[in-house]
Amino acid sequence: MSTIFILWLRQLKRSLRSKARIIGALSQPVLFLLALGYGFGPVFQKAGEGNYLQFLTPGIIAMTVLFSSIVSGMDIIWDKEFGFLKETLVAPVSRINIMLGRTLGGATISIAQGFIVLAIAFLFGFRPTSLGSLLIAPIFILLIAILFTALGTAIASVLEDMQGFQMIMNFLVMPIFFLSGAIFSFEDLPKGLAVMARIDPLSYGIDGLRGALTGVYQFGFLHDFTILGALTLILVFIGSYMFSKIEI
Amino acid sequence: MKIIQVKHLVKNFKDIEAVCDISFEVEQGQIFALLGPNGAGKSTTIKILTTLLKPTSGEVIINGFNVAKNPDDVRRSFGIVFQDSSLDDELTAYENMDFHGVLYKVLKKLRRERIEQLMKMVDLWERKNSLVKTFSGGMKRRLEIARGFLHHPQIIFLDEPTLGLDPQTRNHIWDYINRLNKDENITVVFTTHYMDEAEKVAEEIAIIDHGKIVEYGTPQELKDKAGTQSLEDAFLHFTGYDLREELAGSVDRMRAIKNHKK
Repeated sequence: MSTIFILWLRQLKRSLRSKARIIGALSQPVLFLLALGYGFGPVFQKAGEGNYLQFLTPGIIAMTVLFSSIVSGMDIIWDKEFGFLKETLVAPVSRINIMLGRTLGGATISIAQGFIVLAIAFLFGFRPTSLGSLLIAPIFILLIAILFTALGTAIASVLEDMQGFQMIMNFLVMPIFFLSGAIFSFEDLPKGLAVMARIDPLSYGIDGLRGALTGVYQFGFLHDFTILGALTLILVFIGSYMFSKIEI
Repeated sequence: MKIIQVKHLVKNFKDIEAVCDISFEVEQGQIFALLGPNGAGKSTTIKILTTLLKPTSGEVIINGFNVAKNPDDVRRSFGIVFQDSSLDDELTAYENMDFHGVLYKVLKKLRRERIEQLMKMVDLWERKNSLVKTFSGGMKRRLEIARGFLHHPQIIFLDEPTLGLDPQTRNHIWDYINRLNKDENITVVFTTHYMDEAEKVAEEIAIIDHGKIVEYGTPQELKDKAGTQSLEDAFLHFTGYDLREELAGSVDRMRAIKNHKK
């Protein structure tokens, strides 16, 4: 337990001390909310779909959590490069606990950022349907955070250095975001896109989050929760395995 | 008592034989040096002894435990100062020490006492709340040495502990290490390229080249055998004058990128 806690604490301290990273991580969702939310708002309204900002906000929260989680999972590469990972790997503690502590630390930061984005969206005019729904939202934010921190960890375990990071962002993270239904509805999608959206794990996180915050589920709470929960467990398992196999 | 026993150790990376059939033993309380040119297999050997790499074949027993079978018992037995920094730059000096103490399950009260004592010993107590990224190379190295001793290991591994440091700092560092060796009977295993240091400090020396031990003995024995005045000449006698090639590690590449961005 103490191992998990101290690694969690370390991730938190590092993130809070890196002001540039916090501002960077928050400026992107604000830009998306403003540009997309207000930019597409009128078209969305004319198409009879209602308030776009209301639709978009859960997607942007999920995006924030996704990016922040992947980046924090991939933090391991920096630790590899700058040597700190060795300090944890020669310690007489289980590597699974090290991995869990890191993952929970990264997830905590992501969750906090998700809520900050929610608060900012509120200022822009987003309104959750009920207070009760606000209690379900954290479940999905938590699952998205853990799922993608674990994915980042798994990837970082096999990468040698940060060179591969951009490729992962372009070929994995951006598609996960754009194909997820964060910015569009799952209804009446072209066949190919509909299939890809169904494969994308983030789709279920966003649908769950959107349902929790605005009351409109496409797949349903249980459906989203089961798929996302199962995937999270699998990814934590894979991440732990990959992490335990690291040799320096 | 033999605290380290290495028997027919072999380590292969894909197509390279980094360590080929090395055997040696270290007595408890001894100061033991592993010398060799770049790429000779020193760091690989240390990584295997400290459980970071798995041996391809052969047996390594540390403090009575097999590195392949009981890695956690082995890990509790040693402290290590790596060739490159392994501190967290974004944490303070104290936080780095505390982190280590928690990982090694040193109880809170004892942890505080020892951290204070060790940080005073390496003259860093005044800077305990400074972020490590504000430290010079010598200060970082001193902090790492203090950290390596925090859990009272039986053995300390030092991989080029004085690389790139000025003579003052080097002297200081060897003073600390000698003192802990004498006071606590801690076994010291180190690598270095400074032959004068090895000659002064080491009780036993193994010279490694091309993944094999080419000579083994006390500094005096090695000099006698080579018929030279200094250990440096003996070293060159045994390992030859050819320059060695070494692959750039990922850290070197990373630094290049980081500096480029600045």
